[in-house]
Amino acid sequence: MLLLDWLYVAAFAVIGLLLAALSLAIVWVLSPRSAYPQKRMTYESGVVPIGQAWAQFNIRYYLFGLVFVIFAVEVIYLYPWAIVFRQLGKFAFFEMLIFLVVLLLGLAYAWRKGALEWT
Amino acid sequence: MNWGAEIAKAVLAAVGMFTFLAIVAAMFGVLLERKIGGWIQSRLGPKHVGPQGLLQTLADTLKLLQKEHITPRAADAVVFNTAPLVVATAGLMGWLVIPFGTLGGTVLVVRDLNIGILFFAAMASMTVIGILAGGWSSNNKYSLLGALRSASQMISYELPLGMALVAVAMEAGTLSTVGIVRAQDGWMGSFIFRQFPAFVIFLVAATAEVNRVPFDLPEAESELVAGYLSEYSGMRFSLFMLGEYAEMFAMAAMTTTLFLGGWKGPLLPPLVWFFLKMYLVVFFMMWVRWTFPRFRLDQLLSLCWKVLLPAGLIWILISGYRITF
Amino acid sequence: MGTLAAFFILSAVTLIPAVVVVTSKNIVRSALALVPTFFGITGLYILLRAEFVAGIQVLIYAGAITVLILFVIMLTEGGTGIRIRQVNEQVPVGALASAVLAALLIWVFLRTPWPQGPGALPEYTAAQIGTTLLSSMVLVFEVTSLVLLISLIGAIIIARRER
Repeated sequence: MLLLDWLYVAAFAVIGLLLAALSLAIVWVLSPRSAYPQKRMTYESGVVPIGQAWAQFNIRYYLFGLVFVIFAVEVIYLYPWAIVFRQLGKFAFFEMLIFLVVLLLGLAYAWRKGALEWT
Repeated sequence: MNWGAEIAKAVLAAVGMFTFLAIVAAMFGVLLERKIGGWIQSRLGPKHVGPQGLLQTLADTLKLLQKEHITPRAADAVVFNTAPLVVATAGLMGWLVIPFGTLGGTVLVVRDLNIGILFFAAMASMTVIGILAGGWSSNNKYSLLGALRSASQMISYELPLGMALVAVAMEAGTLSTVGIVRAQDGWMGSFIFRQFPAFVIFLVAATAEVNRVPFDLPEAESELVAGYLSEYSGMRFSLFMLGEYAEMFAMAAMTTTLFLGGWKGPLLPPLVWFFLKMYLVVFFMMWVRWTFPRFRLDQLLSLCWKVLLPAGLIWILISGYRITF
Repeated sequence: MGTLAAFFILSAVTLIPAVVVVTSKNIVRSALALVPTFFGITGLYILLRAEFVAGIQVLIYAGAITVLILFVIMLTEGGTGIRIRQVNEQVPVGALASAVLAALLIWVFLRTPWPQGPGALPEYTAAQIGTTLLSSMVLVFEVTSLVLLISLIGAIIIARRER
C-alpha cells in the first residue's frame, strides 16, 4: 500500500511538470515571434540597466536561513512525539518539555543577540 | 496487484486534479478575487465577457496563451523556463492529501498518506525553490530582491505553520488528513474550538506562505514591480499565478480539514459542506487582501520570529500538558 | 520487477543531476541541481519503506538546506554569475581517492552478510520512530536538543563576527 501511495505522488509530480510544460509548448506554437533587441532587454522601469543584477547579498539572509534550518529540524522532532505522547504518558511530556525549553533558550539567546532583528 | 492499471489510474487522477485546479482555483479563483475586490471597493469588477463577467478569466487565459514567449537576453534561460513549472507543480502536490468528502462510505481523497500533513508541509516548502530560481535567473535587480525577500519570508513562516500542524497532530494522534477529520466529532468537536491559537497561527502563517496581502512584499507592485515576477510574461506568468492560487486554495482546504471538521456537517451532503467551508476561508483571505495595507519587512519577520514562533512552542506545551494530565 | 525498475529510475534521477552539481560552471545551477538529487533519494527511502524519513528528506534537504545553500552563494562571489572551473590540477589524486573509496565500499558490500527473512519489509512509521525516541533513545533525543542549541549559538557568533 505504501508503494502504491507514493506511485500516486510520483505520478502527480511527473504529470504536473508535463502539463505545465505542455502549456508552454502550446504557447510556442500559437504565439507570434518578433524579438528585437530592445524587447529582450532586462526590465528596469524603462531605464537602460546599469551593470547586472547578480550581486553579492546581505549576510542577514544567511543568518535567518541558518536559524530557520535549526528550528526546522526541531519541528521535525515534534511530529513523531505528537502522535505517540498520549500513549507514553507523563514521561514523554517531560522529555519534550526539556527538549523545548532548551530550544526556547536558544531562541531567547538569538533574540538577545539581535539575530532576529532586521536592521 | 496490477501495476499497469494502477499507473493509469494515478495518471488520470493527476490530470483530473490539475484540470480541477486550473478551473476552480486559477480561473474561477481569480474571477472571485476580482469580483470580491470590486465589491469591497464599491466598483463593479469584470462585467463584460459573458453573463456578469463570468467568462473573463477564460478570455484572459486564451489571451495569455497567445502571448509571445520572451526570455530576457541576460537571463539564465534553462532555469528561467523551469522555475514556473516547479511552482505550478508544487501547488498541485499538496492536493494529493486533501480529503474532499465521503461518497457512499468511501472517502474522496487521492491518497490518504500516513504522513499526510508532513507531506503537505514538505510540498508547500518546494515553492520557495521555484521562486528563488525564477528570481535569480531573471538577472533583474527587482526580481532578485523580491525572490530573496520572498524566500526569507516563506522559510520563516514555515516554522509556525509546522507548529500549528504539530498541535493538530497532537489532538488527533495521527498525521493522516482523513484520520484528523475523523477525530473531529460533532460541531463542538471541530479543532477550531480546542485548538483556537493553533488555528490563528495556521491562518496567519498560511497567508504569509502564499505571499498574500498583508504579507505580499515580495511582489509589492508599487516598489518592486512585482518582485520575482518582473521578467515573466504570458504563460509562464500564469503558471506562477496558477501555482500561487492552487497553493492558496490548498491552504484554505487544509484549514478546513484541520480545524473546521473537513467534510462533516448536518443535512447537506459532505462534498457541499467541504466546499462551503473552504470557500469561507478563501473569502476570508480575499477580504483580508482588499482591506489591509502591506507590512514592512522588519515588521513581518518580527511577527514571525518574536510572536508566532514562541506562541506556537508555548501552545504546543500547553496542549501537551492538557492532553497528558 | 516493478521495484527494481523504480530503483533504476530513481538512481538515474539521483545521479544525473549529481553529475551536473559537480560539473556545472555556474555555482547557482549546481545548487539548484541538488533538488532533483534530493528527490531521487526521497524515492529510495520510500523503496526502503521509510516514509517518515522521506518526508524529512523533502522538508529539510530539498526545502531548507537548498535555500540555505542558495543564500550562502548569493552572499559570496558565486551569486554574481561568474563562471568557475570545478576541477583543478588535483584531478588524478581525487580520482584515485574516489576509486579507493568505491573499491572499499564494494568490498564491504560484498562481505556483509545481509539478513534475509520471509514476509514483507517492516515499515518505519512516524509512530515507531516516536516511541523509540521517547523510550530507549531518550538520552540521544535530549542530547539532540543540546546539539541544536550549540549549532544555533555557533551560527549566530560566526555570522555576527563577519559583519
